[in-house]
Amino acid sequence: MNNLEDVILEYVIAEYAEEDDKVTYDTPLISGGLVDSFSMVSLKRFLEVKYKISIPDEDASPEAFDSVNKIAELVLRFTSKKQA
Amino acid sequence: MSYNDRVRGIYQKQLDEIREAGIFKQERYIHSPQAPDIEVEFPSGADLKRVINVCANNYLGLSSHPEVIKAAHEGLDARGYGMSSVRFICGTQDIHRELEKVVTEFLGTEDTILFPSCMDANAGVFEAILTKDDIMISDRLVHASIVDGMRLCSAEHDTYKHGDMAHLETKLQQYKDKRLRVIINDGVYSMDGDTAKLDEIVKLAEAYNALVFVDDSHASGFIGKTGRGTPEKCGVVGKMDIITTTFGKALGGASGGCVSGRSEIVEMCRQKARPYLFSNAMAPVIISGVLKALEILKRSTELRDKLEENARYWRKGLTEAGFILKKGDTPIVPVMLFNAKLSQDFSRDLYAEGIYAIGFFFPVVAKGQARIRTQLSAGHEKHHLDKALEAFIKVGKKYMILGKTEEEVITMYGL
Repeated sequence: MNNLEDVILEYVIAEYAEEDDKVTYDTPLISGGLVDSFSMVSLKRFLEVKYKISIPDEDASPEAFDSVNKIAELVLRFTSKKQA
Repeated sequence: MSYNDRVRGIYQKQLDEIREAGIFKQERYIHSPQAPDIEVEFPSGADLKRVINVCANNYLGLSSHPEVIKAAHEGLDARGYGMSSVRFICGTQDIHRELEKVVTEFLGTEDTILFPSCMDANAGVFEAILTKDDIMISDRLVHASIVDGMRLCSAEHDTYKHGDMAHLETKLQQYKDKRLRVIINDGVYSMDGDTAKLDEIVKLAEAYNALVFVDDSHASGFIGKTGRGTPEKCGVVGKMDIITTTFGKALGGASGGCVSGRSEIVEMCRQKARPYLFSNAMAPVIISGVLKALEILKRSTELRDKLEENARYWRKGLTEAGFILKKGDTPIVPVMLFNAKLSQDFSRDLYAEGIYAIGFFFPVVAKGQARIRTQLSAGHEKHHLDKALEAFIKVGKKYMILGKTEEEVITMYGL
């Protein structure tokens, strides 16, 4: 599984979802109550280790982490910065 | 800067947003002592209404117990009203240390330190004993005061799915290189009424060389056969490294809390915990009341036995009437309504029927998990419970939810 969105979705489901939760690329994670802001830290750490990036706290906002698609955008922003 | 119209407007706007979100908290004024029957003014200015209280943390009915009140009076006369000092300057009386020793014996730990509240205990303990080289792994449903305490601590933190031991184990494996690992739980979870699997948690802690922390605020005094709390229920008394608990619920209901556990950890709190170092000592009147409450509990299990029976009776009555309850065997019995507005309408109608119970919804509980949280007391008599059941059934019939499944209630009212 190489697609960025799929990797993130798989992690989110394994880490946060309960059996009957349906999570898609656009499911609101934080505003929808699936992920609380305190538990978000493990997701941030996973992304930083997996993609060898550092996401400053001011960029790791609940809004930026609110869906798999938004998280993928954030990761892309930081991986492109690294390559630039 | 003066408190001008611009500044006032900033706060008024924020308050309006809270009102619009439907989460503005309005207090109800009680004109009587805390008890199963109370006199309430609500809304402000309304005539007093006599209602049955099923939402207090007065689990053992000790909040207005005559022996506790008498002991508090005697403590007030013998030791005065206030200490006007923190503990380490000139705020420690003999009875402060006496209570610490009594709590230590009651909980089966090595030592205890008192705090102004359990909120303060949770806010101070982690920062006092952990460093950036350590990891705190908490259940996702732990109390807000624990979350605040972890935020104040320089150690790393992570969470595991509520009650999911396999997930906890993966986290313990992930952080095996840390200097210290602490597994952090509530004993009884206040919104769901379920109990931490402390026996399984202790096994994992032993396997992965981790410490175990439990906040037993909704358990001390009544969970376990002699009321020693969740560790007693799970057969792990003496194996908790850190217990925090409150005197503001079952143990007299006034205020105050503590950290109880390994002696070095308690001593570290005495030296370093900021809410302990920079808050006044507990008032002697409250210390005297808590000492009496614990003496009553050591004398007999009558109150916790009655509470257990009341909870069983209440749970059975609601289940037979067709309500959906959260599974559990504690005196916290959540009646599930799923829809936020329904929970507020239901609570309002119960009040009209003379029953005081509060509806909770997101963000206090998960989205689509709105509920009326009911809490039993040893002070409740059968007639209180029967009248409350009658009111629940009447309101349940009005909203046509009795005997319905979760899916059916959600179809009727939405999430």
